[in-house]
Amino acid sequence: MEVSLWIEWVIKSLFIILLLTGGFAYTTLYERRVLARMQVRIGPNRAGPFGLLQPVADGIKLIFKEELIPEKADKLIFILAPVITVIPALIITAVVPWGESVWVFGREIKLYLADLDVGVLYLMAVTSISVYGITLAGWSSNNKYATLGGLRATAQMISYELAMGFAMLGPVLMAGSMRMIDIVNAQRSMWFILPQAIAFLIYLATSLAEINRAPFDMPEAEQELTAGYHTEYSGMKFALFFMAEYIKMIAISMIGSSLFLGGYHWPLPAHWLGGFAGPINLFGKTVIWMFFIIWVRATLPRIRYDKLMQLGWKVLFPLALLNVAVTAAVIVLVGG
Amino acid sequence: MTPVMVVFGLLGVVVILTALGMLLSRNAIYSALFLVLNFATVAVLYIILGAPFISLVQITVYAGSIMVMFLFVIMLLGAERLPGSDRLRRQRWIAAILGLVFVAQVILFIFFRGQLTAPVGTPPATLGSPQAVGTTLFTTYALPFEVTGAILVVATVGAILLTRGAALPYSPIRKEEK
Amino acid sequence: MTAMDWLVILPVLVLSGWALTVLLVDLWIPAKYKFITPLLTVLGLVVTLGLSLSKFGNPQSAFNGMVVVDGFAIFLDFIFLVSGLGAVALAYRYLRRMGIERCEYYSLLMFSISGMMLMTYANDLIMVFLALELLSIPLYVLAGFVRMEVRSEEAALKYFLLGAFSSGFVLYGIGLIFGATSHTELPAVAAAVGKSSANLPMFIVGAALLLVGFGFKQAAVPFHMWSPDVYQGAPSSVTAFMSIGAKAAGFAALMRVFVAAFPSLSADMSWVLWALSALTMIAGNVIAIAQTNIKRLLAYSSIAQTGYLLMAFVPYGNNQVLGDTVAAMLFYLLAYMLTTLGAWAVIIAVEKNGGEGLELKDYAGLGRRHPLLGAAMTIFMVSLIGVPPTLGFWGKFYLFRTALEGGFVWLALIGLLTSLVSAYYYLRVVVIMYMQAGEPETADDLWLRLVALTCAAAVVLLAFMPGSVLSLAVRAVLQIL
Repeated sequence: MEVSLWIEWVIKSLFIILLLTGGFAYTTLYERRVLARMQVRIGPNRAGPFGLLQPVADGIKLIFKEELIPEKADKLIFILAPVITVIPALIITAVVPWGESVWVFGREIKLYLADLDVGVLYLMAVTSISVYGITLAGWSSNNKYATLGGLRATAQMISYELAMGFAMLGPVLMAGSMRMIDIVNAQRSMWFILPQAIAFLIYLATSLAEINRAPFDMPEAEQELTAGYHTEYSGMKFALFFMAEYIKMIAISMIGSSLFLGGYHWPLPAHWLGGFAGPINLFGKTVIWMFFIIWVRATLPRIRYDKLMQLGWKVLFPLALLNVAVTAAVIVLVGG
Repeated sequence: MTPVMVVFGLLGVVVILTALGMLLSRNAIYSALFLVLNFATVAVLYIILGAPFISLVQITVYAGSIMVMFLFVIMLLGAERLPGSDRLRRQRWIAAILGLVFVAQVILFIFFRGQLTAPVGTPPATLGSPQAVGTTLFTTYALPFEVTGAILVVATVGAILLTRGAALPYSPIRKEEK
Repeated sequence: MTAMDWLVILPVLVLSGWALTVLLVDLWIPAKYKFITPLLTVLGLVVTLGLSLSKFGNPQSAFNGMVVVDGFAIFLDFIFLVSGLGAVALAYRYLRRMGIERCEYYSLLMFSISGMMLMTYANDLIMVFLALELLSIPLYVLAGFVRMEVRSEEAALKYFLLGAFSSGFVLYGIGLIFGATSHTELPAVAAAVGKSSANLPMFIVGAALLLVGFGFKQAAVPFHMWSPDVYQGAPSSVTAFMSIGAKAAGFAALMRVFVAAFPSLSADMSWVLWALSALTMIAGNVIAIAQTNIKRLLAYSSIAQTGYLLMAFVPYGNNQVLGDTVAAMLFYLLAYMLTTLGAWAVIIAVEKNGGEGLELKDYAGLGRRHPLLGAAMTIFMVSLIGVPPTLGFWGKFYLFRTALEGGFVWLALIGLLTSLVSAYYYLRVVVIMYMQAGEPETADDLWLRLVALTCAAAVVLLAFMPGSVLSLAVRAVLQIL
């Protein structure tokens, strides 16, 4: 293996991580501003022009906060839990392609980090292990609200994971491949949101539940559970949970855009601007998707817990299963 | 010693250590976490063996779903702390000795009998691809696949039967809802 | 894989499909007509029996040799299906009497039989393992069928944990064998081993682990610890089925795997099997003497029977006697099935709700109060000892004879002596029934009496023509693929 390839990978990985952490900072601002507009307020606008320095101010505040560890907590897991939560969020986008390729310093750079032939399975694997951090955070705090929040998170994420996996199978079947690049390229002529509308809707709902966003934010329902699993966390540890949540928000938007909205193709042809049109397309779709998530949070009330489980198991899961069966049958019959 | 073999050896050590940790830990949560680590390491071994599909399925199913359920149950029951098992203390020593004898026997056996396995050809590189796995699963191994389905149905029916059973005469939740 | 492949295993397909159908159909059967469910089950079992028997004399293999449907398999299928029919007959009124009437019983029973049948067909280690699970999991659930009873729950949990543990052994064994030979098809495993000069160490360890796993299923000493508690805690009709089906399936697996895949190990394995067999016969019979609970008594008795059956496997590498020993084993299994089924029918007739009526003293006076049941029980006990004129006698006779032919005189002697020991506790039941005063009540259940009397009649009548039964078994063995 040539060394330059290794260096390229390291640079790409760092770039993705930096982009995601930076993206996290500005997603918080984005969410606060959008929410404020929807609630006829202005939102943070003091730090810097348009409040652009607000995330920096927040970060400094969190760094200087006191780190508390409850006396009866399981210290090791209590400290590890935020880390375990952040890592899956950071690595999940590794298989999402950004574009075709660009030329930098006379060198062709492929615009993806990993080209796994089981890319979609990788997404499911990482999603499935992202539960641990939250569960362990809840348990190790030795606090009843936190434990309940952790348990709710576990139950909810397991319930919705299945339906989400099956929703992702729709595009996989259409493209005939689990490779993310193949899936994106298969959408050149038609986005999968049209033939896979049901899968798209299921993905939309279940992905919100996966990242514990409204209206499925039971694990941190303030009225019942104080702050849920991160009740006992403060300072940077709390910031890590916060970060994981927002990075996951970015990640599911990127994944959803790639699976259902044509990824880096359209509206700009992907090879324009020396290949940089692809990332721009994906960025635009991601921002719109995130706007939708925030919009939902601003408008929809939280669903009661038992209803949430019923929706997952009795509606979304069978529907997703049916969708896969019908898609497979149609593909076999039509010969797609 | 190729680099792959070194990595394999290191991972093997991790696999054994996590398995031991799972057995010896007195805290059920730690045991479960050791097991998760064990599964994840085994998944990496699968990648080294050129089977990314199996590897990721291992993570999704075992590390991601089954072990989460284990953690869930342990937390729900509050059964983290294992009680000291005094009744079986004598047996534990016997078990340890017999286990060691068995391990020693197997090791001696394997290292002093020369040839370990029948000669195996190198499998094609595409063996572990999702297409290859899917094709084998639905042609050569169609019957085992179907039988597995039957086993899962039976297990589901059994679990529901044993946990829900007949409607209880009095259920506080129902009453509240009315 | 073609449609033909599926046709070969049609009996199993029909049975498992029917199990699902019954499960669903029962939901729409109103409570008043619940007797339809066992009727449907009987229908399914009988149809499967017909389909299975129609394949006798026409051995086939399917799925690239993954399954073989030969005479051996069909003979065992007959045993499974008839014991399944018996378990339905035993259960029908019994479940209602005990207040645990639920249709899942019948469905799970059929699934378990499907697993057992697949076990007899299996010619691939993967199939062996899956069949083992398919037959075991329903039994775990059935053992805990009386949810309100702590003892039943205990039985289910113990059976499940130890069963899962033994499955682990089987799986590790399969893993090592696959690692050593890179094959799971039994003939290919034997061929791969045959190519190398000596037995591969990993292969030997794998074979040993498989033996442990199968030993658990058959309840061979020292892997028998679970069986008395499970037999006692499980509902009696389930115990009856389990003690026949699970055991016979374990022997089917042992037979298939050892004969087809491990012929190269026979010199070493024969002595291991010898020791297992001797230990099982001695321990089972000796511990049985101390039992006062009839279910535990029969549990230890069935452990002892495992020892006798294992005797048939000791000379498994010797091709000259192999056919005879396997035929003798099939014969013994048939005798064991009829005897055990009948004995459990009597036990269920005497059993009361809440675990009452299971002590030996509850049988006092049964012989005079209910002469038919008493006579039937006497026949079963006599058959279990192995005294003529019963089928049990011929079973033991053939087994001992083949052991002698194989050159295992001491084993035959141990078998004979332990049979003498067993006479003590079997005859004690008879003595209590006839010599002690008592007025035991029995359940007013036509089906139980029918099973008990049919089995008693079969045990006695078939004993007068053992040759023709044995020749059937020999024919079955000759068709082994």
